[in-house]
Amino acid sequence: MPKLNLGRGLVWGGFALILLIAPMIFNKGASLSLLCQMGAFIILALSYNMLLGQGGMLSFGHAVYSGLGAFCAIHALNLAAAGSVAIPVTLIPLVGGVAGMFFGALFGYVTTKKSGTTFAMITLGIVELVFACSLMLPKFFGGEGGISTNRVIGEPFFGISYGPQIQVYYLIAFWLFVCTIAMFAFTQTPLGRIINAVRDNPERAEFIGYDPRWVRYLTLMLSAFFAGISGGLTAINFEIVSAENVSALRSGLILLFTVIGGAGFFFGPMIGAIIGVFLTVMLSDFTSAWQLYFGMFFVLIVMYAPGGIAGLIMHIPGLIRSGKIKHVLPQLTLALLAGLLALTGFMMMVEMLYHLSFRAADGRSMQMFGFRIDTAQAYGWLLPTLLIATGLPSWIMLRKRLIHVWNAVTAENLDDEKQARA
Amino acid sequence: MNAILTTPASVVITEPVINSAIELIAVSKSFGKTEIIRGASFQIEQGQRYALIGPNGAGKSTLFNLISGRFPVSRGDILLNGVSIVGRKPYQINRLGLSRSFQITNIFHRLSVFENLRCAVLWSLGYRYSFWHRLNGLKDANERADKILEEIGLQVRRNVEAGLLSYAEQRALEIGITIAGGADVILLDEPTAGMSRSEAEAAVELIRKVTIGKTLLMVEHDMSVVFDLADRVAVLVYGEVIACDTPAEIRNNEQVQQAYLGSAVHSEDVA
Amino acid sequence: MEFTLISLLNGLSYGLLLFMLSSGLTLIFSMMGVLNFAHASFYMIGAYFAYSISAVVGFWPALVVAPLAVGLLGALVERYGLRKVHKYGQIPELLFSFGLSYVIVELVQLLWGRVAVPYAIPAELQGSLFTIYTTTFPIYRAFMMLIAVLMLVAVYFMLTRTRIGLVIQAALTHPQMVEALGHNVPRVFMWVFGGGCALAGLAGVIGGNAFVTEPNMAHALGSIIFVVVVVGGMGSLTGALLASLLIGVLQTFAVAMDFSMLTMLATIGITADDTSFGYGVMQLTISQLAPILPYLLLVLILIFRPKGLMGSREG
Repeated sequence: MPKLNLGRGLVWGGFALILLIAPMIFNKGASLSLLCQMGAFIILALSYNMLLGQGGMLSFGHAVYSGLGAFCAIHALNLAAAGSVAIPVTLIPLVGGVAGMFFGALFGYVTTKKSGTTFAMITLGIVELVFACSLMLPKFFGGEGGISTNRVIGEPFFGISYGPQIQVYYLIAFWLFVCTIAMFAFTQTPLGRIINAVRDNPERAEFIGYDPRWVRYLTLMLSAFFAGISGGLTAINFEIVSAENVSALRSGLILLFTVIGGAGFFFGPMIGAIIGVFLTVMLSDFTSAWQLYFGMFFVLIVMYAPGGIAGLIMHIPGLIRSGKIKHVLPQLTLALLAGLLALTGFMMMVEMLYHLSFRAADGRSMQMFGFRIDTAQAYGWLLPTLLIATGLPSWIMLRKRLIHVWNAVTAENLDDEKQARA
Repeated sequence: MNAILTTPASVVITEPVINSAIELIAVSKSFGKTEIIRGASFQIEQGQRYALIGPNGAGKSTLFNLISGRFPVSRGDILLNGVSIVGRKPYQINRLGLSRSFQITNIFHRLSVFENLRCAVLWSLGYRYSFWHRLNGLKDANERADKILEEIGLQVRRNVEAGLLSYAEQRALEIGITIAGGADVILLDEPTAGMSRSEAEAAVELIRKVTIGKTLLMVEHDMSVVFDLADRVAVLVYGEVIACDTPAEIRNNEQVQQAYLGSAVHSEDVA
Repeated sequence: MEFTLISLLNGLSYGLLLFMLSSGLTLIFSMMGVLNFAHASFYMIGAYFAYSISAVVGFWPALVVAPLAVGLLGALVERYGLRKVHKYGQIPELLFSFGLSYVIVELVQLLWGRVAVPYAIPAELQGSLFTIYTTTFPIYRAFMMLIAVLMLVAVYFMLTRTRIGLVIQAALTHPQMVEALGHNVPRVFMWVFGGGCALAGLAGVIGGNAFVTEPNMAHALGSIIFVVVVVGGMGSLTGALLASLLIGVLQTFAVAMDFSMLTMLATIGITADDTSFGYGVMQLTISQLAPILPYLLLVLILIFRPKGLMGSREG
């Protein structure tokens, strides 16, 4: 008798609802484009987490599958426009998916021969190989300029031509919904569970009858399939694909976003993709140091919150439920305040240094937080130095206390849960 | 339809050969220049419980690793139900019906207890690398996992993350994973290591219960467990099997006494 | 003939530079099980430090000071960064060093700008060492080889003949025992990491002016170093040496070869044009393929000899 899981229905229904009404809430001009990018990247990050979070496989070259999927999709689109093949634009992402899977089978055969650190290094070699090839084979990769296309082909189908961005959004939303369900369903299948087992203990998995290599290989192929779909959507969205789509740089971003979001939870990469795309697109308008901030944020997450943002979020319900949050809150606020002081000072310094390095031609003064600052004068540097001098030591001191309280509280929580379950 | 043949008088009818579950034929294993196992040979009969004992450093764990395919054999042959398994990978050997546990607990620490067991049954039930079956809908897998869960007595810990269990609970889970796949030949590596007396007694009862009708080979240091559980005892000293007999006979075996105590001891001297 | 000889020597000097980098990486990996993704970043820092220091006091002091500074930086990174992440496992360690490499590139750009800096070969080392017919072999290349060999010999002797070297070797396989004997193993690891980074820094000092000193240099060389380590066999120094020299020589020769499969086919009378199948691949000259040769080698090794040329330890 199948259980009608109301909770699950609510979650997926809510997800679909959010996808449907998002463009109505965020309806400023650039927002729609941002939503589209986020949508495609969520699929990519989720596919990456099939490897990292679920399989324990750290790949530095995931963009190979999304990128090659994008290239194949864009060629298919051009062929369809020329009338050589009859594929509706709606199904073009599937072309990307199949292409991604093909290359997953091809490269995965080599990469999954090893595991762990060696696997990671091989994936880097593969992405560099493909990237270098992309500049050598202009027919397929379009050389420096890449391959462009026009997604409006043929007659509109029920009024859908994919010309307007809103139509592209709903195409992406559709595929996002379908892929998310599919990837979640994967986690509830035998292979989806065994890849977890292989992650936890590959040797033990062998002794229950599974070849870890095959488990990883198959999972990689499926992951590459979804990555390819994401690539196809990117091709449709931007109407151009270039060597950057198969670069180590993009692969690094996928990794960064997924880890920041939290690889240990299914929805973690979704958060990471949303925040990551938002920051890369928006922050770069405000400061030229955004990559530095981003990198440091990533390092801090790895060092102090390895569960990512999702991990941090998941701690909160437990704390609130047990009422212990009131113990942690004062320390938390103080520590955050000190951290904020130090951070502001640091950012001011970085901004001024950047100004000196790159925009010296603009003159000595610069805008920051609405104030004019003269970078050549000492007093300009005094304030940030002061902020750092006060903020940093207090942060270090308060952090220790915060960790102490936090650990004590979460340990109590853990004990309570253990007792409750016993 | 078998034709009934009359046996000519000149043919001697021999006793039917008892099927050996595991057979080691002059197995040797060297690590570099050090020979750990030197020409070990013995047979394990089907359906019997064997204990492998021997002084420290005799090579018991190495022997286990050779049989289960974790290490390759340097020389010699190992047969599982008459089929040579030398050179095969552990998962191949497992699929042929041999399952083992580990001395240092080797479980899937981020999966729940139930998931651990369910993973262990998947291959034997034929689900293999399927990504089109819904795990929670697999009646046979779920029922079997629950059955093992009950046998090892961890029902109350069903949904607890395996890494959070106590040591004894993890050992019980380890045994559960080992037998879940329904293998006929079970290898247990020091199953009661680190356990208190009462925990060890519970473990022995569990092992006895779950190995009914199966072939068991276990490494043990605890002699009370050995004498309680084993039908036969094999003694490994310096990489050679010097004796393989019933527990009572082993107790009185002079060579064994020599190996453990340094000299032959008469039964009256032993308390 | 002279082309072959000079190319061989150039290839060897490049290969030795690769080995300077990959040996440090291998040592750190063997000792601590940590793959330092940021290793090539310390190479870059070494070059930039040398540039700045030599602008003030000249090249020769920089040759000594820069690697030491990089080594110190590496030790600090290990003490305050890597050590914290160590308890989370291998993948978080790799993620940390990956993030570090990202941040280092940004910091370098912040401090020295996005354009290549004019880190030049000192005047006394410019010019050619010898000339065969018309091809010259630069003095600096010979200098690079000399430094590389000296460094390696010094490291070898330090590891095998000195007391600290023995402690390091012991800590490699039995860290708890070594700690029980009274040695501060975490501090040993810190100095090993710092030492590996110092080696990378030294490579940067001598490589930065021979090649180019720019923010992208870490990325370019970093992936090749990884290929070297995998092809040579994880954890094997001799393997890393072989692989470094192989790749160094291979790439140097390839860059000078201007023929492609098309030209070869032409010599036996077969011609092809735009419409022929695979034309795009066939018209690529070897010199155009030079950048991907290391990666092709990687793929071949993984297919035919997965444990690497001299592989012993599984990564």
